[in-house]
Amino acid sequence: MKHFWLRGEPQVIATAAALGITLLLTLTLVIVVLVNGMGFFWPAGVARAVLKDGTVIAGEITAREMGQPPRLQFKVGNRDLYGQDFRWVDRAEITSLSYPSDLIVLERKEHGNFYGFTKTVSVDGEQAAAGGDPAQRLDAAWEQVAGKSKTASSLDKQVSDLTYQAERIRQQMTRLSHDDRQGNTATIAALKGRLDGTLARIDGLAEQQNGEATELRRATVTVADASGTGKEIPIADIVRIYRPNSMTVWAKTMYYLERLRELLFDEPRESNTEGGLFPAIFGTVMMVLLMTLFSLPFGVIAAVYLREYAQEGFLVRMVRIAVNNLAGVPSIVYGVFGLGFFVYGIGSGMDRLFYPERLPTPTFGTGGILWSSLTLALLTVPVIIVATEESLAAIPKGIREGSLSLGATKFQTLTRLLLPMATPGIMTGMILSMARAAGEVAPLMLVGVVKLAPSLPLDMRFPYFHMDRKFMHLGFHIYDVGFQSPNVEAAKPMVYVTTLLLLAIVIAASSSAIYLRTIMKKRYTTRTF
Amino acid sequence: MASNESPLLDSTILNIRDLNLFYGQAQALSSINLAIPRKKVTAFIGPSGCGKSTLLRCLNRMNDLIDIVRVAGSITLDGEEINSPAMDVINLRRRVGMVFQQSNPFPKSIYENVIFGLRIAGINNKGTLDETVERSLRGAAIWDEVKDRLHESALGLSGGQAQRICIARAIAVNPEVILMDEPCSALDPIATAKIEELIHELKKLFTVVIVTHNMQQAARVSDCTAFLYMGELIEFNETRKIFTNPDNAQTEDYITGRFG
Repeated sequence: MKHFWLRGEPQVIATAAALGITLLLTLTLVIVVLVNGMGFFWPAGVARAVLKDGTVIAGEITAREMGQPPRLQFKVGNRDLYGQDFRWVDRAEITSLSYPSDLIVLERKEHGNFYGFTKTVSVDGEQAAAGGDPAQRLDAAWEQVAGKSKTASSLDKQVSDLTYQAERIRQQMTRLSHDDRQGNTATIAALKGRLDGTLARIDGLAEQQNGEATELRRATVTVADASGTGKEIPIADIVRIYRPNSMTVWAKTMYYLERLRELLFDEPRESNTEGGLFPAIFGTVMMVLLMTLFSLPFGVIAAVYLREYAQEGFLVRMVRIAVNNLAGVPSIVYGVFGLGFFVYGIGSGMDRLFYPERLPTPTFGTGGILWSSLTLALLTVPVIIVATEESLAAIPKGIREGSLSLGATKFQTLTRLLLPMATPGIMTGMILSMARAAGEVAPLMLVGVVKLAPSLPLDMRFPYFHMDRKFMHLGFHIYDVGFQSPNVEAAKPMVYVTTLLLLAIVIAASSSAIYLRTIMKKRYTTRTF
Repeated sequence: MASNESPLLDSTILNIRDLNLFYGQAQALSSINLAIPRKKVTAFIGPSGCGKSTLLRCLNRMNDLIDIVRVAGSITLDGEEINSPAMDVINLRRRVGMVFQQSNPFPKSIYENVIFGLRIAGINNKGTLDETVERSLRGAAIWDEVKDRLHESALGLSGGQAQRICIARAIAVNPEVILMDEPCSALDPIATAKIEELIHELKKLFTVVIVTHNMQQAARVSDCTAFLYMGELIEFNETRKIFTNPDNAQTEDYITGRFG
């Protein structure tokens, strides 16, 4: 028995088991997210169930409970009719279950999906004269309306451009009147004229818009739910029409890809539970990149000083301990610090100095992407400092001595040899910090993340980067949609999808960094023989 | 015994006078007086820890890198005081090159390794660089082996080749003196023989100071030999004299292998 322990085999088994458990946990997490996230967009069949008491319901079967009695969960949709999206039905209650091919699903701009059957298509309450299959007529009418709403969105853009111009003129006016100098009066009057002109144009456009919207809403479809309750829906409110029970695999694939495209490139709808995630993806990526831009140079320079220049002693040791411990401070504390220091301290100071005319409306004195990135940079800078220091320390002494003996200065040695050689290690630190920052939510809630940001922090309007703007973030989106939305059950798949997306972004970022690092490593591998 | 006359009565290039060196409180070198002859090979021998490497590193002030080292005394290079604050260390190290025990090629191409000293001096003229690379690699007797792969990484070379690249790198900046700190201790006998041969060639152009604890090597390559023991210079003389008829009994004991 003693021999058994001495040979060290139980220890080996223990380490292997520890590794196995870790892998298993990670895999389970990833698989759960993958299965739930990837499957969400695949159009499931919509069942029509007749219950014992004679009611008929239609919906996707979203869960099966094996308890006593066994129950099925239907996503029946039609929130405007039933008040809720889901319904539990006892298995024994169902007398018949079928998948009628003419069952239609309308994805709407409001009130979630509608499940039911098409009755008639009409304009201004008048049924179209042409006969034929109502389903085909619905499709045709929808195509037509979708084409028209494209021109409406170009109007939207014009209006928002003009509004932006008006806002700029207004700001210029307040600035001039704030400066309060003689001679400004004339300029202000001129600006006032321009402002009035712009506002008039906006009004004109808005009127045109209203007209078009009413025009669009004239075409409606009358549908009936499974039990026959009728409902008239303006075709302009329909995002998508599909009949899952009669779709081929090819059609389902196309539908899936279309939903994926919407997810990645479109704006969210229905308090974020539907539609796309583009602003959140964009915000997350931009915030992480900005954060890296701040923390990487700062961390590397600090580490270089600590390792190469600072005289080893009590102070340096204390600094090193402090840096290591910074990584253990709860992230919400960073959020509070960011709010107090960056937002209320520096931000308000900046407002008083540079934007006094806008006060009391804060510009930088409120959360924004700049402050969020800086707060997260503070949070992750210890990781970069430690990684850089470690990789500098790992460079053999001979390299430094060789360089110095050739008459190189310390700085030349650093920039020509040590930093390039430390790059793979620095990149490891960067990968870790990016992954950490992408997943961090708590501090961001205090310094600039919002549920719904009206505009992206980067756009085509001067000055292009809007560092003061609030932004959306996938991590916060998970929290918000999963736990704060009015319809948590319906939002559940969105939580999985968002998680999957966040994971994908982190994986994409780290894989590219790891790829770069491998190239670097090949170049700077120290020979071993 | 200490002598400030070069044993060969040649002109002296490096003159060490009353050199004392301390690592913190511990004295590592005491009252060293030594005159190193120009364009000759001078060997430092002695048992491990006797201070020979430390002495060598005084000659281009590499000891500056260690915070706790304190040096007292004088070393002159062609009459210029090395230890004076007025001495430009960068310039000194250009004039006194160094080759280390463990070959230390930089993770760059062979070409870039050789011209590293020129690059940091701001020389980027392609013609000059090409010329220097060929001259230095020929000078280090490795041109024929690497001329076809100058732009490949120097990390792919064998130990002996890498050491000769380091020698080429040192001579590329045209130093006056080349210091070698046990350059062959990590090499096999064949590579060692090549380096020893190279040292013979080098002394035509440069002054070479070599630290070795291989006494045969000292006997083979050097013109003068200094024997150090416990931080003191015991004997310094022509190599022939030291190895055949040393003045000092301790020296004789060491070279005949009775201790050390």
